Amino acid sequence: MSVYEYIVRTKDLSKYYVMGGTEVRALDDVALDIRRGEYVSIMGPSGSGKSTLFNMIGGLDKPTKGTVFIDEVDMAQLTASELAFLRCRKIGYIFQTFNLIPVMTALENVTLPMVFAGLTTDDALDKGAALLTKVGLGDRRDHKPTELSGGQQQRVAIARAFANDPAIILADEPTGNLDLRTGKEIIDLLKQMNEENKVTVISATHDLKMIDVSDRVVWIRDGKIERIEEREDIDLQVGQMEGEEK
Amino acid sequence: MASVSEEASERGVEQQIVLPWSRALQMTRENIFVRVGRSAITASGIFLGIAFLTAVLFSAAAARVEAAINLQKWGQETSEPEMQARIIWLAAMSLLVATVGIVNAMLMSVTERYKEIGTMKCLGALDSFIVRLFLLEAGMLGILGSITGAIGGTGIMTLVYARQLGWEGAGACWKETAVQVAGWGMPLWLGALVAVAIGGILSVLAALYPAWRAAKMPPAAALRSEF
Repeated sequence: MSVYEYIVRTKDLSKYYVMGGTEVRALDDVALDIRRGEYVSIMGPSGSGKSTLFNMIGGLDKPTKGTVFIDEVDMAQLTASELAFLRCRKIGYIFQTFNLIPVMTALENVTLPMVFAGLTTDDALDKGAALLTKVGLGDRRDHKPTELSGGQQQRVAIARAFANDPAIILADEPTGNLDLRTGKEIIDLLKQMNEENKVTVISATHDLKMIDVSDRVVWIRDGKIERIEEREDIDLQVGQMEGEEK
Repeated sequence: MASVSEEASERGVEQQIVLPWSRALQMTRENIFVRVGRSAITASGIFLGIAFLTAVLFSAAAARVEAAINLQKWGQETSEPEMQARIIWLAAMSLLVATVGIVNAMLMSVTERYKEIGTMKCLGALDSFIVRLFLLEAGMLGILGSITGAIGGTGIMTLVYARQLGWEGAGACWKETAVQVAGWGMPLWLGALVAVAIGGILSVLAALYPAWRAAKMPPAAALRSEF
């Protein structure tokens, strides 16, 4: 068993599209190394390429050029089954639009990845209930997504992302569809899981509230990395809301 | 923590990710019965096609019954080849209608759920799981739609012909030959069962290509779909 320092590495990562006759460089020679257990935020304006980078790292799309290494394994070399295994066991995904299965209850949504991983129904239900309690929704197990608020749906999505104890959590604009207060709660929850479970969190976002909890911030613009900053070096105070204690 | 390919090759990757049939069936049932309205629309394409087909078969059998009655009452003979040609033409048309309706319904059903498919792939679902779930759903809706279609088609025809041939005459249609298959006359009741089977099989076949294509889509593209 080998443990690598960098859980995610990209090399010359590029994604080019042809749109209306011109070539669009969504990503252009991106090199990024992310350490185990880090909380990294990829930040940039709309169209900067952060969602494309998210898709590349998460294996949701293939790059035009370059490589993504997860634990030093080249993702492009993986078969469809191996990729599925990776998504099932190693990576948890969180999306802006929550992406819960509408016909399933919260508990069923959380336990679905466990079903794929081969857990027995009893084990899955126990683990799922524990996860929902952890994110503060213990009493909403049998509610369907339509019966939950946006913040609650995202909490279910977070619980689901942790279903199979992944090493990496990938979050694409997790607070995009949430109001300020709920967004802050979600960010705190993610940071808590990052610290407690030692899980690497990679978040593509333009929510500045994320900066406070990140170990490093990667600023991206026009498909290229502008700069990478350690949290200590960022001189930015995100305002507090009334009624918050800090 | 072992690297991905080490863990994966320990025991053949595909065995590491499972979708038990019981769970697949449960998910399919949920998909159908929680989205009742949507399922009904999908099934209606099948319903109409099979209703049409069984109605055609019924009228073919009824025509023979009528011919027999005419022969008995008035010594009037009806041309056999003429009847056959008409029946085959109508049956073929109804099968075509049924196929188009089913394919369309299945295409809609799959494309509407691209986002869900993308999500499931992010949770680790193999392509074969996606196909399996959609084929199960298509099969269930196909059988349900076909059975109700057959009942509807033959039911209405029974009422219609009861006026012309009386209840006995209408009843006699069920045992009468509906269509000639390789020189053997298939009775209507069997024809109706065959129509139900055809409806079920067509539904599964019609869902196969859309489901397979959807399963093969890169998750990023599937998740971008807005419905």
